[in-house]
Amino acid sequence: MNKKQLKWRNRIIVALAIFAVVMAVEETGLLESLFGPTGSVYASFVFFLIPYLIAGYKTLLEAVHNIRRGDPFDEAFLMSVASLGAFAMVFFPETDPHMAEGAAVMLFYQVGELFQSYAVGQSRKSISAMMDIAPDYANIEQDGGLAEVDPDDVAVGSVIVVKPGERVPIDGVVLEGSSQLDTAALTGESIPRHVEAGANVISGCINMTGTLRMQTTKPFGESTVARILELVENASEKKAKTENFITRFARWYTPVVTFSALAIAVIPPLAGMGAWSDWILRGLTFLVVSCPCALVISVPLSFFGGIGGASKIGILVKGSNYLEQLAHVDTVVFDKTGTLTSGTFNVVAVHPEAGIDPDYVLSNAAYAEAFSDHPIALSIKKAYAGDIDQRRIKDAREESGHGVSATVDERVVLVGNDKLMAEHGASWHDCKLTGTILHVAVDGAYAGHIVIADVVKADAAETIKDLHDAGVKKCVMLTGDRRDVAEAVANKIGIDEVHAQLLPEDKVNAVERLLADQDPNSKLAFVGDGINDAPVLMRADVGIAMGAMGSDAAIEAADVVLMDDKPSNIARAMRVARKTMRIVWQNIVFALGVKIAILVLAALGIANMWLAVFGDVGVAMIAILNAMRCMRVEKL
Amino acid sequence: MRKSFKLDEIDCAMCAQKLEDAIKKVDGVADARVNFLTQKLTLTSEDGADFNDVLDRVVKLTADVEPDCEILR
Repeated sequence: MNKKQLKWRNRIIVALAIFAVVMAVEETGLLESLFGPTGSVYASFVFFLIPYLIAGYKTLLEAVHNIRRGDPFDEAFLMSVASLGAFAMVFFPETDPHMAEGAAVMLFYQVGELFQSYAVGQSRKSISAMMDIAPDYANIEQDGGLAEVDPDDVAVGSVIVVKPGERVPIDGVVLEGSSQLDTAALTGESIPRHVEAGANVISGCINMTGTLRMQTTKPFGESTVARILELVENASEKKAKTENFITRFARWYTPVVTFSALAIAVIPPLAGMGAWSDWILRGLTFLVVSCPCALVISVPLSFFGGIGGASKIGILVKGSNYLEQLAHVDTVVFDKTGTLTSGTFNVVAVHPEAGIDPDYVLSNAAYAEAFSDHPIALSIKKAYAGDIDQRRIKDAREESGHGVSATVDERVVLVGNDKLMAEHGASWHDCKLTGTILHVAVDGAYAGHIVIADVVKADAAETIKDLHDAGVKKCVMLTGDRRDVAEAVANKIGIDEVHAQLLPEDKVNAVERLLADQDPNSKLAFVGDGINDAPVLMRADVGIAMGAMGSDAAIEAADVVLMDDKPSNIARAMRVARKTMRIVWQNIVFALGVKIAILVLAALGIANMWLAVFGDVGVAMIAILNAMRCMRVEKL
Repeated sequence: MRKSFKLDEIDCAMCAQKLEDAIKKVDGVADARVNFLTQKLTLTSEDGADFNDVLDRVVKLTADVEPDCEILR
């Protein structure tokens, strides 16, 4: 609790103590024996006024202040009128008025307000602790020593030192040293990342083992950590429809209930339907329940908690509205490369001819490709376990886009596609696998072929299954790849619909068509790796960019940013969104249900003031506690 | 010009909304956001208005609307 809350708490405790004493004295009948039946009413009026004023004077002043400003409809006003009204029953001493109720309304209102202030402060704190990835200082080299400076003051290109246990303050490149980096705060990934000289390091990671000297490549304000913080903090500005609905609702709800209360207090007694005191009390009870604060606080708190919780597991949501839409997604469109597949080429199979060792095929290919840095050559060299002795290679040359040829140990090695084989008269044959096929011929004799393909990510199939389980009806894959390659991937992981051989601009059209077919109540999400797909990310209802660590373009264009490149986080993000929306609706239904029930009971004269106080303060407390559950997303 | 300020303290959503609505009506304010969860005021002044003058007016208004809330600058 902060200072203000502590003072407030003490005031409430004193008021509650006095209230208890006065109540006890009244119950024993001591007042009645001292002041007589009518006199005791006035006496208890005076005695209950003491705790009432101690606890509630601020609220009363606030109400007066608001009335003077011509903007009276808020809870301070409602509570003041309700409690003062209860005290005003002193003018009907013959109806056995209960002064205790007036004081109690104010006291419990204060207890509830204090609790709210505390609970909201607490969740605010835990959310900001979650986002506590901002570095406090940077170490720069100065006059042979190290100086701690504000990260904001470090110029681009400066050399900074990050010691073990410290947080990397600014994005940069390692000049010297090697270490393990803990990226959990950014990506939710628990396996540390190894870095050494030449590696790019993003701010917000924690340096675990070694000292790093690094050169900054960005100012602090544009570094990953600053951008992420800005993004999450501004997220609550983009309000969800539900939030806007609650705000609008609160605007008319309070005046409507206030005037209904007035009508209940005045019209029936004027029509001769009963005593003034009875109907005024009903009207006052009405007023107490009328505050919509349970909703006004718990709904934004739920969204804020959901966004904060998601950011903890490496899912950045740019606004409550996107969280809300994500919960309604029933079509997920993937851009294949970089999301479902890793986007790097790997050797997936080596098929030698009968009687030939697979290693022989691979080593010949690796030698022939030794001087090429084409992605395909790189993947073959990666797959070949041995070292390449370049002295054994002669006459290596590219064969006009069909492959390469080289002389290795006096033997002519050809590596390339079917056209290259045909050109040189080698008798090749096709492969049943899909992917890029590299045929290898040695001295004109066909040795076998190597299949190279983009590798499907380990959790891609699981992601599609999880999405289907979470209620997604259609998973669509878009790709520029050949149809057979695309369909092989789609079948393997369970994609429902494939659009292959698309040019980049075709992707926007494909998404447009899917959007047109979309059920108006459900949403379409597009998942891309953030490279070249900004237009599609913007066009989709929810644009999700993944593998965004350090990619500014992706962070800019997407609505939801996954910091690492695991597709399973898409399903996770959806579960977070669904949970948040579930809690939001639980609170709306619960709070309104209880309030309407109490309003009806109050109008009928069944509900008393005590129940009404629960309907206001109790409901708000329960709704806030429920909303705080949104922050817990680790198990989703 | 756009700038953010810390608020000390705005502790209910209704009050934040009320303050936001009031600040938006101040002369020279193009847009204002009061976020009671992050305790932040984001103020955008109109082109051509002196930001400090606008801020002075906003501070004065805040003292009137929410006497308990202070804009830290």
